[in-house]
Amino acid sequence: MYLDNSATTQVSQEVFKEMEPYFTQEFGNPSTLYKIGRESKKALDLARQRVADAINAKPEEIYFTSGGSESDNLAIKGIAFKLAKKGKHIITTNIEHPAVKNTLGFLESLDFKVTYLPVNENGIISIDDLKAAITDETILITVMHANNEIGTVQPIEEIGKIAREKGIKFHTDAVQSFGKIEVDVEKQNIDLLSLSSHKINGPKGVGAIYIKKGTRVVPLIHGGGQEKGIRSGTENVPGIVGFGKACELAANQLDEHYEKLSSIRDELIEKVLTTIPEAYLNGDKDNRLPNLVNFRFKAIEGESLILLLDAKGYQASTGSACSSNTLEASPVLTALGLDPVDVHGSLRISLAPESDAFDVDEFVETIAEAVKRLRQMSPLWNQELDYDNIMCKKHDDTCRKC
Amino acid sequence: MDYSEKVMDHFANPRNCRVMEDANGVGTVGNPTCGDLMTIYIKVEDNVIQDISFQTFGCGAAIATSSMITEIAVGKTVEEALQISRNDVAEELDGLPPIKMHCSNLAADGLQAAIENYKENNQ
Repeated sequence: MYLDNSATTQVSQEVFKEMEPYFTQEFGNPSTLYKIGRESKKALDLARQRVADAINAKPEEIYFTSGGSESDNLAIKGIAFKLAKKGKHIITTNIEHPAVKNTLGFLESLDFKVTYLPVNENGIISIDDLKAAITDETILITVMHANNEIGTVQPIEEIGKIAREKGIKFHTDAVQSFGKIEVDVEKQNIDLLSLSSHKINGPKGVGAIYIKKGTRVVPLIHGGGQEKGIRSGTENVPGIVGFGKACELAANQLDEHYEKLSSIRDELIEKVLTTIPEAYLNGDKDNRLPNLVNFRFKAIEGESLILLLDAKGYQASTGSACSSNTLEASPVLTALGLDPVDVHGSLRISLAPESDAFDVDEFVETIAEAVKRLRQMSPLWNQELDYDNIMCKKHDDTCRKC
Repeated sequence: MDYSEKVMDHFANPRNCRVMEDANGVGTVGNPTCGDLMTIYIKVEDNVIQDISFQTFGCGAAIATSSMITEIAVGKTVEEALQISRNDVAEELDGLPPIKMHCSNLAADGLQAAIENYKENNQ
C-alpha cells in the first residue's frame, strides 16, 4: 500500500494514454510551422488552457517549467532580480520547502534581506507578524499554500490581500495544495504560483508557474525564447500534455476527492490517537490538506518505524534526521517547537484518491504493533535516564546535529 | 536507506534485546536529540562476558549494530571485548551506508562504556 503521495504519485491511466502519441507519433517541435509542429503547438495550447482553468487563470498567464522547484526558483529569483532596484527585502515563513528556502538563502548571499516568519505550534503564521515585517523595501512575500510535511494550510487569501494593498508581489508554492483544495489565483490575490505535475497523478519533470498579467520576472533560462521568453528550451510536449490532462482530472474531481480523502484522514487520525498511547498529531487539526497526516510517537525513531511498516507492505515517510540524506531533523517539525526527540518519532502518511482498498483498521493495527515493538527496544520508553550524564561519543565532523 | 541483508536481519530480528536486571556493567552512549541512544548491559564472570544485552532508540543501523555486538562480544574476555571496533561491527554486518558509519555505529562505544562501568563497580 503506497502511502507517500506527497512525495510523488502514480501516473493515472488516462494521463498516460493522453501522453502516449506525443513520444513517437506527434513528436514535432511546437516552434515549427509545418503540420506535425502545429499539432504539438495545439497540444500545448490545450494543456495550457486546462492548467489555467484549474486555477482560474488565463492561459497566457501559464508558463510551463520542469516542475515545482524550477517554478519556485523562477518566481523568487525572477522577482528579486526584476525589482532589486526597488527594494531587497523578502518575507517568507520558516517552514517553506527547500526549493523556496534555499533559493532565498542564495539571494541572501547576494545581499537580499529575508524575514522568516515563525509559525505557531500548529504550523500557521500570524497575520500580525506578517504586517509587522513589511517595510518600504519589501518586494516579495512568498508563503506556501500547504505544507509538504504536515499538510497545514496557510491563510493565503488574506496574505495576498495584504500584499496587494501594499503593492508587494505575492508568490505561493501550491505544489501540495493543488488538486487537493481550492486554488483560485483571482480570489486568493496571487501574483505568482508554483505547480507540479507529479503530485497530481501526472508525469515527473514538468510543472508550471502562474504569473499574473502585468507582473514581470527575469527568466532563469535564456535561449530560443519559448514560453514568451520566460522559459527557453524546447517544450517537454508529452510531459506537458500529461500535466494538462492531470489538471483537468484533478479540477473536475476536486470536491469528490476532498470528501473521500478527508473522511479517511479523519478516521485515521481518530483511530491512531485513541489506539496508540503517547501518539500525537503534528500540524493544525482543521486547516489541513485532506490527504496528509503527520503523527509523532514518543520514544521511537522514525526510520525504524518506516522500515517495519515497509516490511508489512506500507510505504510512508518520516521527518527523522536518521532517514534524511543530510542527517538533519525536519526543520518544519522543529519550527513547531517540538522537542528534537519527538521530531525523530514522526510519521507522514499521504493518501491518494485511489486509496479505495485502504483498510484503516488494519493499518492502524500495524502501526500500533510496530510502535509497541520499537518501544520495547527503546531505553527512552521504560526507563528514567539522566541525559546530562550520558556521554555522546559521536562528536566529530560528520555529526552536525549534536 | 540501502542496508545489507544482514543489517535488515538484525534489525528485524534483534538478538539479546532486553533489560538485564542482574548486569554488573551498564553503558549508555549516544544522544536522543541526534536520534540514537543505546544502553549495553553486560554480566562479567571470571573476566569473561557471560551475558550481554541491549536497549536502543534509533534507526535501523543503530538497532542492527547493537544486536550484532551482542553476538560478537559474548564469550570474550574483557580485554578481547575492548578491542572490538566500530569497523569490526560494520564489517560483520556486511557494511553500513557511509552516512551511518559515524552516526549510528555506536555499539562498540556502548560496549566500552559498559566495560568501564563494570571496572568501576569492581575496583
